[in-house]
Amino acid sequence: MVSATGTPPPRGSSEPPSRGSSEPPSRGSSTPPRRGLLHRLLVRPEIGAALGALLVFAFFSLATGRFLSALGVATWLDDASTLGIMAVAVALLMIGGEFDLSAGVMTASTALVTALLATRWGWNVWPALVVSLLFALAVGALNGWLVMRTGLPSFIVTLGTFLALQGINLGVTRQITGTVQVSGMRSAAGYSSAGSVFASTVDIGGTRYQSSVLWWLALTAIAAVVLLRTRFGNRTFAVGGSLSAARAVGVPAVRTKILLFMTTAGAAWIVGSMNVLRFAGVQANQGVGLEFQYIIAAVVGGCLLTGGYGSVIGASIGALIFGMARQGIVFARWNNDWFMLFLGVLLLAAVLVNNAFAKRAERVRR
Amino acid sequence: MTTKSTPRRLRRLAPWIAVAAVLAACSGPASETPTAQTGTPSPAPAAAGALHNVAVVTHGSSGDAFWNVVKNGAEAAGKDLGVHVDYQASGDPAQQAKLIDNAVAQHVDGLVVSMANPQALQTSVRNAVTAGIPVVTINSGESASAALGAIGHVGQSEELAGQQAGKRLKDAGKTKLLCVIHEAGNIGAAQRCAGATTGFGVTTTLQVDINNPTDAQARIKGALESDPAIDAVLTLNSQIAARAVAGAGEAHSKAVVATFDLNSDVVDALRAGTLLFAIDQQQYEQGYLPIVMLRLYKSNANTLGGGTPIQTGPAFVDKGNVEAIAKLIGQGTR
Repeated sequence: MVSATGTPPPRGSSEPPSRGSSEPPSRGSSTPPRRGLLHRLLVRPEIGAALGALLVFAFFSLATGRFLSALGVATWLDDASTLGIMAVAVALLMIGGEFDLSAGVMTASTALVTALLATRWGWNVWPALVVSLLFALAVGALNGWLVMRTGLPSFIVTLGTFLALQGINLGVTRQITGTVQVSGMRSAAGYSSAGSVFASTVDIGGTRYQSSVLWWLALTAIAAVVLLRTRFGNRTFAVGGSLSAARAVGVPAVRTKILLFMTTAGAAWIVGSMNVLRFAGVQANQGVGLEFQYIIAAVVGGCLLTGGYGSVIGASIGALIFGMARQGIVFARWNNDWFMLFLGVLLLAAVLVNNAFAKRAERVRR
Repeated sequence: MTTKSTPRRLRRLAPWIAVAAVLAACSGPASETPTAQTGTPSPAPAAAGALHNVAVVTHGSSGDAFWNVVKNGAEAAGKDLGVHVDYQASGDPAQQAKLIDNAVAQHVDGLVVSMANPQALQTSVRNAVTAGIPVVTINSGESASAALGAIGHVGQSEELAGQQAGKRLKDAGKTKLLCVIHEAGNIGAAQRCAGATTGFGVTTTLQVDINNPTDAQARIKGALESDPAIDAVLTLNSQIAARAVAGAGEAHSKAVVATFDLNSDVVDALRAGTLLFAIDQQQYEQGYLPIVMLRLYKSNANTLGGGTPIQTGPAFVDKGNVEAIAKLIGQGTR
C-alpha cells in the first residue's frame, strides 16, 4: 500500500471515473450503446439481493400465517432496521476498500458513554449524546488515520480497536457500576425528548412501528444520493477501486478514508443511541459479533470484499433479508437449533447469485 | 457528475421531506410508559380457554448444557399437556426483545421469558401483557416480574444461592475464595459472586471465557499458583467446574472446588471427591412449571406463588446424594 505521508499529486482537472455499476453502461465512451431495461437491471450490484429478498419474502409469506400481518411486518422491519443502518455505513466503507471490525462493539461503547454520563453523573441525555458522538467520531478518525498512516490492513487495525473497545466496555462498566450493565436511563433528564428522536414508535393502523425503520430508510436514501451523486461518492469508488490511480488523479485519499471510517462510527453512535434509549440501559458485552452481520448484509447486497464496487441500497436489502429470515424462522415455528445453518446457506446462496450477476455485468460492460 | 438538474435536487430533498412528514406522527418511548415504575399493568384476564401455543424466549442458547435442560423441561411439559412449545433464545437483550415482539405478533396463548435484563425487555413484556397474553418469567429477573404484569416467576435467587454457597465453604473452614466468572457481561454470574462474598467474606474474582476451555483451565491454574492462600474455588458453570478441578490439580493446590450446576463431569468429580458440592437450581422445573402454570391459568384461572417467586433452588448435591441423580443428568433432565 502506498504511504499516506507523501504529498498528494496536484489535483487533476476531472474526477476519476466511477467504477460503480450505478453508472448506466451507456455513459462511458467505451461501452456499447444503450441497452434494454433488462440489461440495465442485471448489471446493478443489488439485483441478486433484491431477488433474494423477494424469494425470502414470498417463502415466509406462504409458509407462515402471521409473517404478513401488520404486527409481523413491524417485527421483521424492526429487526432489519438497526442492522440496515449499520450495513449502509459499512457498505460505504467497503466500497472505499476497507473493513471496520470495531463497528459492532462501537454500538455498545457509544451507548455506555451516554448511559454512564446520564445515570452516574446526572448529565442531561442530550449533552451526553453529543459527547458520545464526539467519542465515536474520534475513534473512527483514529481507525482511519492508523490505517492510512501505518499502511496496515484495516482488518488488523480495526481488530485491534474492536478488542480494545471490548475490554474498555467491560472494564470501565465494572469499575464504575460494580456490575456489567448500566441501567436507569428512564429517570435521566432529557430522556423523553431524546427518546422521541431515537426510539419512538409510529402508529399506523393500530400497529406500532419503530421509528428506527424510518431512520433506516432515510439514511439509506441519503447514503445512496451521496454515493451516486456527489464528489465524495465518486472518491469513495475511486479509493476503493485503486488507491494509487485515485491518488494519481488527485483524490484526497487520506481524507476520504478517514471520513468513511468516521461514517461507520457515526452510524454506530446512531444505533447505540437507539438501543440505549429504547432499552433504557446497556449491557457491557452488547454488540460483540454484530460486525460480521453488517459485513454479511453488505456482501449479500453486492459489495465486493476487495472494494470499489457495491451499493448501499443493496446493503439495505441485505439487512432486510437478514431481518425477514431471522424473524421468519420464528414465525414458521422451526426449531431454533437450525437457525445458523439456514443463515449460512442463505449467505452462500446470495453471494453465489451475486457473483453470477456480477460476472454477467462485466461481460455486458465489455 | 456535478451538474444539477431539478429532478435530482428533488430527489436529494425527498428523504428530508419523508423524515419531516413522519416526525409529526411519532411518539417517544417515555410517553408510552410514563416513569417506568408506576402504572403497573394488571395481568391479562384469565379467560377460560385452551392453551395451544407457548413461546419460550430466553437469554441462553439451547447449545448451552444448562439451557438445554430448560428447553427439555419446556418441551416435555408441552408434550405431556398437548401444547405446542417454541423455544427461542438470544443473549443480546435487543434481539431477545424482538423475539418477544415476534411471539406477540404470532398471538401465542402464553409466553415464558427469562429476564436477565428486565429494563431492556420491559416494553416488550408489557406489550405482551397488554395484548392479553399471560406471561411467566423464569430464571432471572424475579424482582421485576410482578411489576411487569407477569402471573408468576419460577427461578432461583442468584444472590441467595451464592450466599449459601459461600456460607457452606466458610463452614468447611476455608479462608480465601476465588469466584470464577465464565461469561463477561452476565449479570446473574456477577450476582452469584456478590452473594458468595456476602456469605463467605474475602473473595477475589477471576474472568475466564467459557468458549475457550484450555484458556480457562490455564488461568485458574495461574491464579492458584500466584496466590497459594486461596483454599476454595467457586465456579458458576458445570463446564468450568471440570476445568477448575484439573487446574487445581496441575497447580498442586490444596484448594477445594465447588460449583453451580450439574453435568456428568461434575457427577464424576463429586463421586471422586475432587469436587466438594454442586448447587443445583433444578432448571428443568424452570422449563416445565411455567407451561403448567399457563395451562392452569388459562383453563382454571389459577396462579402459583401468590405474588412471590417460586424458588427452584438452591439444592445441594454432594457425595452423599450424587448417585440418586446421576442417571437423570444423562437424560438431560437434571
